[in-house]
Formats: sequence, structure tokens, C-alpha cells
Amino acid sequence: MIEAVGLGPDFVTFSLTPILIGVLAAVACALPGNFLILRRQALIGDAISHVVLPGIVVAFLVTGQVTTWPMMLGAAGAALLSVGIITAIRRLGRIEAGAAMGVTFTTLFAAGVLLLEQSDTSSVHLDVEHALYGSLESLIWLSGMGWGSLLDAAALADLPPELLRMAVVAAAISVIVAVFWRPLKISTFDEGFARVLGLPVGLIDLGIITLAAVAAVAAFDAVGSIIVIAMFICPPAAARLMTNRLERQVGWSLVFATLSAVVGYVLAGYGPGWFGAELSVSAAGMIATVSGVILVLACLFAPQRRRSGEAREA
Amino acid sequence: MEALPAFLSALTLQAGYNATLVAIGAGLLGIAAGSVGAFLFLRKRALVSDAVAHATLPGVGLAFIAMVALGGDGRNLAGLLAGSAVSAGLGLLAVEWITARTRLAEDAAIGAVLSVFFGFGVVLLTIIQTMTSGRQAGLESFLLGSTAGMLYADALIIAVGGALAVAAVLTLRRPLTLVAFDAGYAETLGLSARRMDLGLMLLVMAVVVIGLKIVGLILIVAMLIIPAVTARFWTERAEIVVALAAMLGGISAYVGAALSAAAPAVPTGPVIVLVAAFMFTLSLLFAPGRGVLAALWRRQRFQRRVHLRQGLLALAREERILEPLTLRVLRRAGLIRADGVATDAGRARAARTLRDEARWDMALLQFNDEMVAGRYDGLTPIEEVLTGDEIAEIDRRLARPGVVA
Repeated sequence: MIEAVGLGPDFVTFSLTPILIGVLAAVACALPGNFLILRRQALIGDAISHVVLPGIVVAFLVTGQVTTWPMMLGAAGAALLSVGIITAIRRLGRIEAGAAMGVTFTTLFAAGVLLLEQSDTSSVHLDVEHALYGSLESLIWLSGMGWGSLLDAAALADLPPELLRMAVVAAAISVIVAVFWRPLKISTFDEGFARVLGLPVGLIDLGIITLAAVAAVAAFDAVGSIIVIAMFICPPAAARLMTNRLERQVGWSLVFATLSAVVGYVLAGYGPGWFGAELSVSAAGMIATVSGVILVLACLFAPQRRRSGEAREA
Repeated sequence: MEALPAFLSALTLQAGYNATLVAIGAGLLGIAAGSVGAFLFLRKRALVSDAVAHATLPGVGLAFIAMVALGGDGRNLAGLLAGSAVSAGLGLLAVEWITARTRLAEDAAIGAVLSVFFGFGVVLLTIIQTMTSGRQAGLESFLLGSTAGMLYADALIIAVGGALAVAAVLTLRRPLTLVAFDAGYAETLGLSARRMDLGLMLLVMAVVVIGLKIVGLILIVAMLIIPAVTARFWTERAEIVVALAAMLGGISAYVGAALSAAAPAVPTGPVIVLVAAFMFTLSLLFAPGRGVLAALWRRQRFQRRVHLRQGLLALAREERILEPLTLRVLRRAGLIRADGVATDAGRARAARTLRDEARWDMALLQFNDEMVAGRYDGLTPIEEVLTGDEIAEIDRRLARPGVVA
């Protein structure tokens, strides 16, 4: 029965873990994305995911090896540094946010590429294309011989480490958003009211950006920056067109993110086979594409797609 | 050690035919990108270029597939650029459509378009990698740009395209400046802001497409934004921002191209961007007026004026001054001696300051309006605000305390 719908042992080995990682990454990015969209800061996600590259390269140059924690620290440091630089250019130079962002992320990205090309990283798994596309397809579970392996401690110990890491990050972000729900909501919709209530508005701002940076860095390692940017923006944007209530918007965004990850991965892995082609296409690219299709459908048909007060067409 | 002569020969166009064409093409592209970017920046739409640039990738992929399907080898640069222009146009339309037709803001539209188009482009690239026909090698250079291994025909396309883009900017500079500077005024002159914005977007597309091969689609955004922001530090006038941005863009692209020609392992795009970023940093720090150092200096001067004024008032009222900065300012101006006792000059100035303060108090009572009250900052001498007659009137009132009720 399970075999008949294509969910046999092969699926467990080759597709289960990438799909789970993809879903977790999508959820981790979409959650803070909801607040970024409402605060007109959607492109912060874009900026952060570009500057993760120099952070990782510097971490590699310092430690000399591709290990997880130094790279995560390097990337997170670069992300926060870039937010600092953007703020400094805005305040000190009195430059509008978009332009300040453009200057910062392109410069840091260029520095990252140059460092990468100049340093001897050819022997290790570190290059620009990998950074952009990620390698979701390669996060397979070789010891996963079938659904029974889910109960086998030895096989479970062999799960790709990205799975656990992404699960921890996604859970942490969910918990933080749930715990700080009220201040997040109030400061997003009415900053003045939030100030009157004595909420630390500046700190909340920084907190949201830090959440986004953590999500971007964790997801970047596993799935590349394309998914990160797409998941920050597309599912929350589509969800924004579905409802006027923040609770429901977040719910919809998680549904859309999960749907993009699952459908995108399946289309990338199995889609070409339906057309008789042998190899699969980029899963990261396909997930981004599917999220775009969902957004287009939302733009065309979602109930709250227009600005309130705007005349409806007959 | 042979890098410097190689750089100099590239800089003086002695490094061979291709390198010369690329340097000229890059310089022209830099001029076009700088000026077009300045208009974008003045219209506050700098990041639209990010969406346009990322949206070129699927066009490059589809054009490659189409050319291979028609029996070519797929690497014809003109064909690839035509494809990229079409998909960049579609991306731009998508941004406009989402912004106009839905409640989503422009930044969300930009982010959605750039990630989805780019993601779809990557899907196409992986399809191309599995194709047996066509020579796909080098297609990735559109991501980050590459001038190594560029054919003569490619270099020629870039040089000619750059020249055409500069010519287009020169032709449209007046209406574009008007619209960027004051869209409402431009409309009263009969210029359609909408149409000029459309023209601006076409120019952005052209710059992005020409820049693909040199700096790549991710970094072309830098060439549009950085020179414009840099130029903004040096002037308050829109036309000068445009001219300066064109110059800065041209210099960074030309110097960057020469640098990378001298050291083949150095990728062109990042070097050009870093040269531009270097000039940006210098401007952020050192520009007069808007620069950080100038602001610090102004702040310090203001602080000294405040301390001078308060110190003089304290002298006049014969209060003890404890503030070290106030003491230092007074001493350096020769108004007090080292032991803190006022000099003759100090006493005279203190008296004048006290009179000024008294006149101000009276003026604020008498002229309860914006023109006068708005100018009071505790520093400006009243002579700069009121006429001699008005001050005389105030002095008359001051001489008869108690009359003002």
C-alpha cells in the first residue's frame, strides 16, 4: 500500500530527510517573514542572506575548516554587522533605507566572493554556487532503509545533522514568536501605542531582525540563499492577501511554506521523470518557483488581495 | 611584482585588444549605470534594480535552450542578452502589477519577484546542465560576471551597448532630472511622470543587461546604487548628483576592469564593486556637510559655542564655573586667566552677553510669533534677528522694569 503511492524504502532513504529539512527551513523563515512584511522590511531578509556569504568565508579562513559552529557564528556575526552598517549609513549619512541596504549587501557580498576566489577553498565544499543553490538533494539518510528505520536507534544516529539543527532552530523561533506574541503584534501594528505601553520598541525591532538572521543562517547552510529569500517573502505575502487577522496570516504562511517545500521538492525530484528525463532539477530553485506560483494565485484570487477601501471590480 | 606594470598597461589600454574593449565598455557601462542609478535613487526606487537584475536569469536560461533547440551552440551573447532583457521586463511588470493590484507594498513585490525569478532561473540552469547538446560552460558567469575568456565579438557588444546607454541617458537627462527633482512641477510642464518612469526603467534594464557579462546579475545592483549614494554626500543639487554619480561609476568600473585584467584570478565584478565601495566609504567619512567627520566637527563647534555662552553668563552673574570644558573654552578665548578670574575682555563680553540675554527675554514676551521665538536657540545674537529700531524699543522697555505686565 505504502509502496503503491511511492512512499517505499527508497523514499525514506532519498526524500524523507530533504523534505523534512526543506519544510523546517521554510517554516523557520516564513515565521519572522510575516513581521518583516508588515513592517515594510521585507528586503532585510534579502540583505541578510547576501551577507551570510562573507561571514562564512571569514569563519573558514580563521578556522581553516568547514565546521558548523564557527560558520554559523561567522554568518550570524556578518548578518548583525550588516544591520549595524545599514543603520549607520541611514543615520550618519541620512540616506533612505533601500539605498543604504543596497550599498551594504552588495559590497559585503562582493567582498565575500573576492575572498572566496582568492583563498584556497577549491579543495573544500565551499563555493558561490553552493551558497546560492544549497544542496538539499544531498542531505539523504543512507541508513534509512525503510519506515522501520524510524524506530532504529542506530539508523537514527545517522540522520543528516542538518535535520536536527533545523528542527531546533525552527522550534526555537516558534517558541519565541509564541512567547512574545503580544508585544510583537502591538509594536508591528501601532508603534506609537507600543511606546505608550512602555514596550522597548527598538529592542523588539532588533529582536525580529535577529530572529530573521538566525533563521537565514541556519537555513542557508542546508538549503542555500534562494529558498531563504523566497520563504521570507512569498508565503507571508500570499498569507497577507488571505486574511486581515495576524493569527490567521501566520497560520496561512506556515501552510504555504510547507506546501512550497513539499510540492517543490517532489516536482524537482520526480517531475523530470514524468517527462522522461533522467536527472532531477534544483530543489531549492523549484521550491522558490512553487512559492511564487502560490503567491500569483493569491494575488489573483485571495479574498483580501486589495487594499481596504479600494473599490472592487464587479 | 609584475602585477603593477600589468595594471598600468591595462589602465592605459596597452593590454591587448580584448582587454581594451572591455575596459572601455566597462567604463561606459559605469557612466551609464551611475547616472541611471542616480535617477533611481532620487526617485527612491533604488532596489527595483535588484528585482530587475535577478529576473534576467531565467531569460538567459531560456534563450540558451531556445538557441540550442534551433541548432546553435547556445552561447551567442547577443541572443542571451536579448533573452535576459525579455525576462527582466517581465520581472519589472510583475513588480508593478503586484504593487498596483494588491495591497502588498513595493518591497514585498521586489523580494518576491527577485527570489522567484532567480529560483526559476536556477531550475533552468540545472536542466541545461543535463542537456547533451550545446556548450553550457560559462553560463554561470552571468551570476558573478567574468571577462576572462571573453570573445572579441562579446567585448564589442559590451562596448557598443555601453556607448548606446550613455547616449540614451544624455538625451533624456533633462526630463529625467525634472521628474526626479519635482514630479508635480514636471507634470505642469506637460511631462508625463509615468512615461519618464517607464523610460527610466527601460534604461535600468539596458544597464543591467549590458552589465551581466562584466559584473554579473547579483552585483550589477551595486553599480546602480553605490555611485549615486556616494555622489549624494557631496551636493544638494539633483543635476550634480547625476553628473558625479556618472563620473564615480565610470571611474570605478574602468579601474576595476583594469585591475582584474592585470590579475586574471581576480573576478571583475567584485573588484569593480569594491572600488566603488571604497569611494563610498571615503565620502561617508570625509564629505563636507553630510560626512561623518564634518558632522562631528559641527557638533563640537556647537558644543563649544553653548559652553562659551553659558560661561559668559556665569561670569556676568559672578557665579562660580566648575565645568572643565567651559573653563577651557573661556581660557582659550582669552576671556579668563588661568586662575579663573575674568580678564577685561572677558568682563566686557560677559556684560554684552547678559544684555543680549535680557533683550531676548523681552523680545520673546513682546513678539510672541514664530518669526522671532522660532529663532531663539540661546546662541544667536539678537542683532541677527531684529532691526536696530526694534532693539532700541526693547532697550527702552528694559530701562523701565515693571511696566511690562
